[in-house]
Amino acid sequence: MTMQIAESVSLTPPDARARAHAAAARDSLRTEPRAVRVAIIALAVTFLSVFVVLPLVLVFAQAFSRGVLAYVAALAEPEALAAIKLTLVVAAISVGLNLVFGLVAAWAIAKFEFPGKTFLITLIDLPFSVSPVISGLVFVLLFGAQGYFGNWLRDHDIQILFAVPGIALATTFVTFPFVARALIPLMQEQGTQEEEAAISLGASGLQTFFRVTLPNIKWGVLYGVLLCNARAMGEFGAVSVVSGHIRGETNTMPLLVEILYNEYQFVAAFAIASLLAMLALITLIAKTILERHLDEGQDVHDH
Amino acid sequence: MGLTLSWLSVIILIPLAGLFLKSLELSPEQFWAILSSRRTLNALRVSFGLAFAAACVNLVMGSIIVWALVRYRFPGRRLFDAIVDVPFALPTAVAGVALTALFAEKGWLGAPLAALGIKVAFTPVGIFVAMIFIGIPFVVRTVQPVLQDLDPEIEEAAGSLGASRWQTITRVILPSLAPALLTGLALAFARAVGEYGSVIFIAGNLPNISEIAPLLIVIRLSEFRYADATAIAVVMLVVSFVIIFAVNRLQRWAQSRIPVR
Repeated sequence: MTMQIAESVSLTPPDARARAHAAAARDSLRTEPRAVRVAIIALAVTFLSVFVVLPLVLVFAQAFSRGVLAYVAALAEPEALAAIKLTLVVAAISVGLNLVFGLVAAWAIAKFEFPGKTFLITLIDLPFSVSPVISGLVFVLLFGAQGYFGNWLRDHDIQILFAVPGIALATTFVTFPFVARALIPLMQEQGTQEEEAAISLGASGLQTFFRVTLPNIKWGVLYGVLLCNARAMGEFGAVSVVSGHIRGETNTMPLLVEILYNEYQFVAAFAIASLLAMLALITLIAKTILERHLDEGQDVHDH
Repeated sequence: MGLTLSWLSVIILIPLAGLFLKSLELSPEQFWAILSSRRTLNALRVSFGLAFAAACVNLVMGSIIVWALVRYRFPGRRLFDAIVDVPFALPTAVAGVALTALFAEKGWLGAPLAALGIKVAFTPVGIFVAMIFIGIPFVVRTVQPVLQDLDPEIEEAAGSLGASRWQTITRVILPSLAPALLTGLALAFARAVGEYGSVIFIAGNLPNISEIAPLLIVIRLSEFRYADATAIAVVMLVVSFVIIFAVNRLQRWAQSRIPVR
């Protein structure tokens, strides 16, 4: 911006030194003395290093503290394998459900006007701001032995709580906002023109969705799925309340970390934790790449 | 459309309605008796008090981090920018065990701190530390885009009209950032109040001293005292509602006053 101004005022052949001087003066209006700059950078870097980098490094250091063999052995334990498998199954179920309904919810909110829309958006956001423990509690109140559907479930011999369905439900609840939240602003910005054009040219509703809407939002969908998956695999509080902690059966990876840690099996606990930490790091890298794609997509639309 | 609404009601509305229905089974006296019991009050005090203190630390440190990331160029800037998101992405149980091992008496940071006579792990200070950890991204990510989009000309105008740099920052920049700062504070606070996984490992969980409200809910559930669990949950849920509402209002306020570039 400064450049543009400088160029537009060049009436006579400008004195380069004077111009550089003016630019420097203007810049100095927007920055701080060197000592202050260094202090602020040092403070920020130290804070992030102590509070974020150190814990992350520690996870891997502890996991490998007895060597690679102990690490691999800890992950090859049947209990660990069962937890990894359960985590993958639960994440697949809840990401699948939230993908479908997140798409539909974002579609409904972005492309149509209807009463109660604000309320709907608030509802979608709710799981973000509710304590994960409460998210688990609501399912205990519904499906527990004293819960509203407890008797009916017992009569029909259906097990939800302390079993995979309960864990999947609680995880779905907690991760509900991710896909919808990633898509709503994107779809709102793109408007309905392209869809209207497709439909007026004779495309069916489904064709319009798969050939026009979906290609436009594919990066957004991936972004939502990525974050949804990371949270689904890492969810602890809500799952802890509904899981019942049955060893080898209803322990997801985060729950197993807790159990092993409380049993002082630190290498094993941190080995599982290191897998989850790697998941988090991969998610962050993929997120950065996707964000670049999303920005480019927006630039194309701006021009 | 209908599908969306029915799915939303199955997965969100019905469970929440169940919670409130359950709490209505309690008479007001019972409800009050549960909430005013010493242990509940102390758990709520620990959760809300420490969450607020941690959110304030996040507000100050978050602003400093945002300033460094947006205004200055230094080696590793992009890396540290990405690192800010780690507390978001790291599963809370992993954060919990890592922070505990870090601040335990023999831990990397716990040992030097213990030499100074400061105990962090298994005390309320530990809860405070965990809450700071999980709150970092909220302030940074809400304030960062606003500072990036701030019109440089208003600063130049302030400076060229004779304002000192300090005056420009406190009288021109901070007021423009105020809605974003408050939003970040509220989000960090809401997250810290409800946080469970990263706190329970480091907390020590002594009733009345270092027991957080979400843990008390879990304890009451395991004792099959559903009414007690529900009452505490309702209080926390109402506070979350109020915070969401406040944040939405803040957003609207922000949109109405930010100078457009």
